[in-house]
Amino acid sequence: MVHGEVWTIKELFTYPNEYIYWSIQIVMYPFMTGLVAGAFVLSSLYHVFGIKQLKDIARFSLVFSFALLPCAPLPLLLHLQQPLRNMHVMMTPHFTSAIAAFGIVFVTYGAIVAAELWFLYRKHFVETALALKNKANKTAYETGMYHLNNLLTLGAHDISELALHRDEKAIKIMAGIGIPVACFLHGYAGFIFGSVKANALWMTPLMPVIFIMSAVVSGIALCMITYIITMEGRKFLAKRKAAACPGESCADIESVELNVIQMTAKYLLGFLVAAITLELLDLIFRGYTAVKSWDMLRRVIYGKDFYNIFVVQYGLGNLVPFILLLIPGLTIRRAVVGTLLVLLGVFMMRWNVVIGGQAFSLTFAGFMHYHLPIIPHDMETFREGLFGALFIVTSPYVLFFILNKIMPVFGMKESH
Amino acid sequence: MITRRKLITNTLKGMAALSLPAAAFEILTPERLNAIIYNDTAKVRYVFLVDTNKCVGCGLCVKACKNENEIPYEANVTRTWVERYIITRDERHEVLEKVFADSPKGARDGFITGTIDLGHGNTYTPRKEDIDKAFFVPKLCNQCDNPACVQVCPVGATYQADDGVVLIDRKWCIGCGYCVMGCPYGVRFFHPQHHVADKCNFCYHRIKKGMKTACVEACPFGARLIGNYKDPDDAVTRIINTKRVGVLKEEFGTRPQVFYLGLSMEVR
Repeated sequence: MVHGEVWTIKELFTYPNEYIYWSIQIVMYPFMTGLVAGAFVLSSLYHVFGIKQLKDIARFSLVFSFALLPCAPLPLLLHLQQPLRNMHVMMTPHFTSAIAAFGIVFVTYGAIVAAELWFLYRKHFVETALALKNKANKTAYETGMYHLNNLLTLGAHDISELALHRDEKAIKIMAGIGIPVACFLHGYAGFIFGSVKANALWMTPLMPVIFIMSAVVSGIALCMITYIITMEGRKFLAKRKAAACPGESCADIESVELNVIQMTAKYLLGFLVAAITLELLDLIFRGYTAVKSWDMLRRVIYGKDFYNIFVVQYGLGNLVPFILLLIPGLTIRRAVVGTLLVLLGVFMMRWNVVIGGQAFSLTFAGFMHYHLPIIPHDMETFREGLFGALFIVTSPYVLFFILNKIMPVFGMKESH
Repeated sequence: MITRRKLITNTLKGMAALSLPAAAFEILTPERLNAIIYNDTAKVRYVFLVDTNKCVGCGLCVKACKNENEIPYEANVTRTWVERYIITRDERHEVLEKVFADSPKGARDGFITGTIDLGHGNTYTPRKEDIDKAFFVPKLCNQCDNPACVQVCPVGATYQADDGVVLIDRKWCIGCGYCVMGCPYGVRFFHPQHHVADKCNFCYHRIKKGMKTACVEACPFGARLIGNYKDPDDAVTRIINTKRVGVLKEEFGTRPQVFYLGLSMEVR
């Protein structure tokens, strides 16, 4: 069977070779990249602009951004027909192509986040390494952790006041450089779509900006929800051992959590407004200018995809959470519902761009319907099906769990 | 003693000193190098001419292409195909016209009935007396002068030869599908066996030996012709230069090099 034939249903006049070639993994790619960029921007709000209220979530979102990072190119890898040749992009980059620079942008960004994290956790590495070094009767795990932490210090064991101050400065610089690079990383994903002149729905110079805004929205939302989940987990643990350990009390965690969430929600709302404004501007402009392709786009946007675009994306994914988060006296429960809906909205935006852009034929006289493969019956339907997408969604959490062992997000007394 | 400051300034100075003479060099593409060494500016530019007036929709070109280029016969992809357009008036013979178009299996088996394929298993058979006009349009890769597919390939696996034909390196293509999405004509697809991008290349293995393409050979009516646009005496060149020819979707700025005689506004 031809690639794409399994999940494509053609209607009316389409060219014989047309199928939905870019499927669920290409929806996941901008979604995941957006989360990476958004999480980083959230952490930078504290590190660069010194928004103190976000201090607690800044460290968390930076580590989480790093955990998300390797998962951003993963969908591309699963999507490639020749995944083993992925390195060709680095070996012979053909720079007239928007995809060619992906490796370079991605590695640059990764290096910046890694450097920032190193400065942030250098003191922790040194302290852990020293503490474990002097410990007698180390377990195998502790020996491993000792060597790992020792290695991660990169030989810089100086944790004097002066050195730490320099670290702080470096963090600020890294976060400062990181913001434009993070925006570039994701605006660039938007450019990959926006520059396809053959596709009437994608081709708009607004695409990169729309992508950046919705990226920040989704990144903040995911950080909020993950933050809430981990805080609830800690609360649960604190309750269980409340009697034994008087360290941190349940009420403390609760007040910190609510405070952070209420503050972060304000930034989420700001970016959400920017994202919706741009998306609506694009839609209105297309309708008003009504060039040749509009006749077809109108039938897709207001007809075939009406439910996906207006009900799920704009209604459920934008309007409802907007109201939920705007009503004063935000509670954790409301924040959970709101952020989950925001994530749904951004995901549906990616879906409606990628799949919606292929819902109509290049002939402008036919349609293509996408049916997501759910039960995989071969490698292709796994990779480009529901389970492939779920694999992508869960992988950052596994990485976050491991990273958290090396770079603990919570329970650090000092904080930059 | 070498201080850190000294090391950095010296490194920068050294790099600046090195980059200055390096700027005097010019990086040559293989094509430019060829042109300089062999004084060989390309003498061939392959172009294609389709006379839609002569096409009867028999599909022999599609069959021949599939066999010649080893595109699995039953696979629903093809390097060339034929479209049928049927323009009807409704039963009350109002002015409004309806355009139907189809290309079932790329017209591999020819159009043998008057039933139109509407996709998804639906068909429609217009009454003969309602049909105002009907015609066939063969399609193939346009070997554009400004190919969108070559522009977007991230690894340079698809490229344009100096005779104008756009080729694909099957050993280097990563199968990202960007070229498939970038082509406004829908000529590209993934080869079902090689799992890389594939498309018509004017039967490059044949034309390089001075033969005609498989579809040109197979057409019993002379609706398809291939020629060399750089040869002013070439029959195809003469027709393109002297007759009223059209190209497909010129608004995309791709400068297609497949020319059509008798193109109608209904053609997509």
